[in-house]
Amino acid sequence: MTDDDILAISAMGESALLCQAPGEFGGAAQERILGLAEVVAAWPGVVETVPGVNNLLVMFAPGVMAPGAMRDRLRDAWTQARAVRTEPRTVEIPVAYGGEHGPDLAGLAERTGLSPDEVVRLHGAPTYTVLALGSVPGFPYLAGLDRRLAAPRLDVPRLRMPAGSVLIGGEQGGILPVASPTGWHCLGWTPFTLFNPAADPPVTLRAGDRLRFVAAERPA
Amino acid sequence: MIEILAAGPLATVQDLGRPGYRRYGIGTSGAMDPLAFRAGNRMLGNPDGAAAIEVTATGFRCRFLRPARFAVTGAALATTLDDAAIPPWWASSAAAGQILDLSTPRAGMRAYIAVSGGIDVPAVMGSRSTDLKGGFGGFEARSLASGDVLPVGPPADAREVPDGGFGVRSPPRGPEVGSAAPTVVRVIPAAEYGLFTDEALEAFWSRGWTVGADSNRLGLRLAGPALAFTRRVELLSHGLVTGVVQVPPSGQPMIQAMEANTCGGYPKIGVVIGADLWRVGQVRIGGKLRFSETTTEEAMDAAAENEAFLERVARAARTASALGRGGR
Repeated sequence: MTDDDILAISAMGESALLCQAPGEFGGAAQERILGLAEVVAAWPGVVETVPGVNNLLVMFAPGVMAPGAMRDRLRDAWTQARAVRTEPRTVEIPVAYGGEHGPDLAGLAERTGLSPDEVVRLHGAPTYTVLALGSVPGFPYLAGLDRRLAAPRLDVPRLRMPAGSVLIGGEQGGILPVASPTGWHCLGWTPFTLFNPAADPPVTLRAGDRLRFVAAERPA
Repeated sequence: MIEILAAGPLATVQDLGRPGYRRYGIGTSGAMDPLAFRAGNRMLGNPDGAAAIEVTATGFRCRFLRPARFAVTGAALATTLDDAAIPPWWASSAAAGQILDLSTPRAGMRAYIAVSGGIDVPAVMGSRSTDLKGGFGGFEARSLASGDVLPVGPPADAREVPDGGFGVRSPPRGPEVGSAAPTVVRVIPAAEYGLFTDEALEAFWSRGWTVGADSNRLGLRLAGPALAFTRRVELLSHGLVTGVVQVPPSGQPMIQAMEANTCGGYPKIGVVIGADLWRVGQVRIGGKLRFSETTTEEAMDAAAENEAFLERVARAARTASALGRGGR
């Protein structure tokens, strides 16, 4: 453990703590966050653990543990947190890029100084990692996006984008499993099913999965 | 069984939601005013989590196809049973064929029709709440419409509602008929509180924020002065709790409500305390809301006050049933 390996903890209301791991996302910290989540989920009074991107939200029943004690225990647990062993699968996601399916492809191309074709190629080149699920049912936060395509969230989020929208937000990638508001940029659309409420588990992807986008048609 | 005759702008089957799936991106859904929701169930001797109908604003009408005991809580709406007026926060008996009509909210935004035995739709992931965003749960995974027939479960409690029904007082410091005063909700500052300018923090705590027309079960979008940051940050996506107040770069705060996204990355200025979430659920579009700073300890005291209120409701219901006559 180095001096930099400190978990930053903040309160989110009276019954949740947000734990932020140091360092860049997509690295070893994410695996350790998933390991920490497993350990903490078993503590008395913990209602749920929600992994995010390099962070963990811990929701607890107030009164079971003093807030200071909970923070200390979380910091200790982080120093011991190890990667969870997962069996990475590689999932292929077909994508129709641009045109009406990808309203932000042209804007992203302009912003980056690349052609829309180059944006599509750069988007489809990497093998991504699913860091965590969140936001809407089954939504995967993806690491591995080419940095040239990074784009900050929209100043005003859109009220509704369709299920299947293939998105970029900041340096993260994502796919909408259901229609949803979003502040992310939309490059294209996929018919791939990410969420089925009748199934157990109800979500298709898992944290730790690998993922590739495959272009189904040229951008408009 | 209950037949919907008119659903108004939005009526859905809700209970207290489905916690425990946020790590899959599945939010809780559930009643926007959980205090009124639970009170209605307590008035009938239902378990707290028995499913009920959440009615928004005005224009809701239904027919009881079988005799039923029911209670209407939450927003103060003009309510009639076959044209006989029923006060707000009142439990009654309906005979088969009688029509319940809810109109003209005088205070508040959402009302709850609880029925003895609860609305008996299938549970999905442990809850009967409708998840409109995810498209599952509740009655056929959608909002209610004219012609829908809702099944009602067998009553868990054999008590009778006394002739004429009985009522309870609504929660203290709730929305009042005829009042234009802002709804005050208590907030604990959150991680990015220190990123805001002094002027922004002053405005956040002192302004009456107007609830925008695009506010709904996902959240309230507030209009007022743009809250400025001392510096811009791009946060990694992280889990959110219900009641978090985010400020996107536009500077207009948003309160995440029962169907909000489970994760997000906009800066968080504060979180509405659990005990005041019901107040968020009752602020009307165009209404005003003010934030008041509080602490974790006060948040827990407020939660205990809510539980004490519900205990009083349950006691009143047992008393009314035992005495077999109307009144408190």
